[in-house]
Amino acid sequence: MIKFNNVTKIFQAKDVVLEDISFQIEKGEFVCIVGKSGAGKTTLVRLILGLEIPTSGEVYFGDLNLNEANPIKIQEIRRKIGCIHQDYKLLPKKTVYENVAYIMQVEGKNNEEIAKEVPKVLDIIGLKDKTNNFPDQLSGGEKQRLAIARALVNHPDIIIADEPTGNLDPYNSYEVISLLQKINQAGRTVILSTHDREIINKLGKRVITIESGKIIRDEKAGRFII
Amino acid sequence: MLTNFKRILNFAVNDFDRNKGVSLAAIFVLTITILLVTGLLFFQGMMNYLTIQIQDKIDITAYFIDGATESEILEVKNEILKMSPNIKKVEYVSKDQALAFFNEKHKDDTVLTRALQEVGDNPFLPSLNIITNGDPVQYASISNILQNSDFSKLIDKVDFSQKKDTIEKVYSITRNVNMFGLILGIILIIIAMSVVFSTIKLVIENSKDEISTMKTVGASDWFIRGPFLIQGVIYGIISFLICILLSLIFAYFLSSKIQVMLPGFNIFRYFLTNWWIFVLIQLGFGIGVGVISAFIVVKRYLEI
Repeated sequence: MIKFNNVTKIFQAKDVVLEDISFQIEKGEFVCIVGKSGAGKTTLVRLILGLEIPTSGEVYFGDLNLNEANPIKIQEIRRKIGCIHQDYKLLPKKTVYENVAYIMQVEGKNNEEIAKEVPKVLDIIGLKDKTNNFPDQLSGGEKQRLAIARALVNHPDIIIADEPTGNLDPYNSYEVISLLQKINQAGRTVILSTHDREIINKLGKRVITIESGKIIRDEKAGRFII
Repeated sequence: MLTNFKRILNFAVNDFDRNKGVSLAAIFVLTITILLVTGLLFFQGMMNYLTIQIQDKIDITAYFIDGATESEILEVKNEILKMSPNIKKVEYVSKDQALAFFNEKHKDDTVLTRALQEVGDNPFLPSLNIITNGDPVQYASISNILQNSDFSKLIDKVDFSQKKDTIEKVYSITRNVNMFGLILGIILIIIAMSVVFSTIKLVIENSKDEISTMKTVGASDWFIRGPFLIQGVIYGIISFLICILLSLIFAYFLSSKIQVMLPGFNIFRYFLTNWWIFVLIQLGFGIGVGVISAFIVVKRYLEI
């Protein structure tokens, strides 16, 4: 489903963020990408989203080489990916309802479908009572739940969670990870980027370990070892 | 397509409403800029009027020989009118009219009236007064043609050489004033546009992270850009409405005061006569600057 083929990313001369990275993620997999801060995890996520272009090598989404894809194709791919970020990346001038509806509007869904689906997702995620609130009126946990609702509403093929528990307390972190597991059990691919040792060790899923821009370990049922 | 447009419109109206502070700041700066452009338009109107008034006072006169008939002179008049599109007016003054003008002008001057009585006959020559666009070259050319053409035998003299210096001086002054106005206008408009651009940049800079998020979730460039452009249009329309109202009030109340400084020039009538030019320039400038600034700034953030 996603394939990295000898990918190197250099931002400025001598600033090598990723070096000769190769791996493949199959449909329905739960993959953890671990590494210290600055190891290159976020750059890897941005490469999957087509927000960065590799300096050398290729990133494939299905059969499509993202380096060669036109902007419209890249936008289509981004719509197939649900993203959850550590800093939530919510739309601050839109309400909770509008934040979720925006994703469906981007997809071109009709108003009836949006009016039916958004309240349902907000109910599942526990934000039904905050429909008309703005993101700055939500707690950290609620913001992250809203980010998850937004990532799920279009039923994407892949969920990418980039440090989703970074700003959360243990209780909220546990909730987020449980939700990601459920999403994966429903057959969707989940890519979890984190540096939380406890979470990785509990999950017992595939772990790709990155250090100084290189993959140093790729294990089927891996543990957090850096 | 229509659904997307409605959504973009809705986003724009919501964003405008939810960011009242920055929206007001953008409208304020845009209003000042349009007022500046409007001021230049009024200034240009006054300068044009002044220039025309001065240029209309300058003419050259071709005096015909005593025996030239009216039909011969009118034929010359027609020939002169055909010479150049820059000839604004050619006026025939007969011997009798010239005498009547003189008598009217000097009716209180007994010495001149007595002198004229002593001459007995009408000593004045029939003439053609010629007014062009004020260019000395134009006057020189006409004077030259009149003295060297087929009808030169009918012409006694052309007074261009006596008026040459005055014509050149007046032309140089009006040309310099117009040039100065144009350069000043361009400089002021560039400064004003830079200020508007910077303000809109600040407004959109608040949404930099939002644009990045919209990109991440797969929104098309137009779906992201659209609301900002429509907000630019809203800023432009509101600024235009404020400016057209202020222009109307300004022209109405200052009309009498400006008429004291520039007799014959009614700024309110000038505004009403050129109403559509004011509307087009104010609306075009407001919307144009608002939309172009938004387009450039969003494009920059879309590329990051």
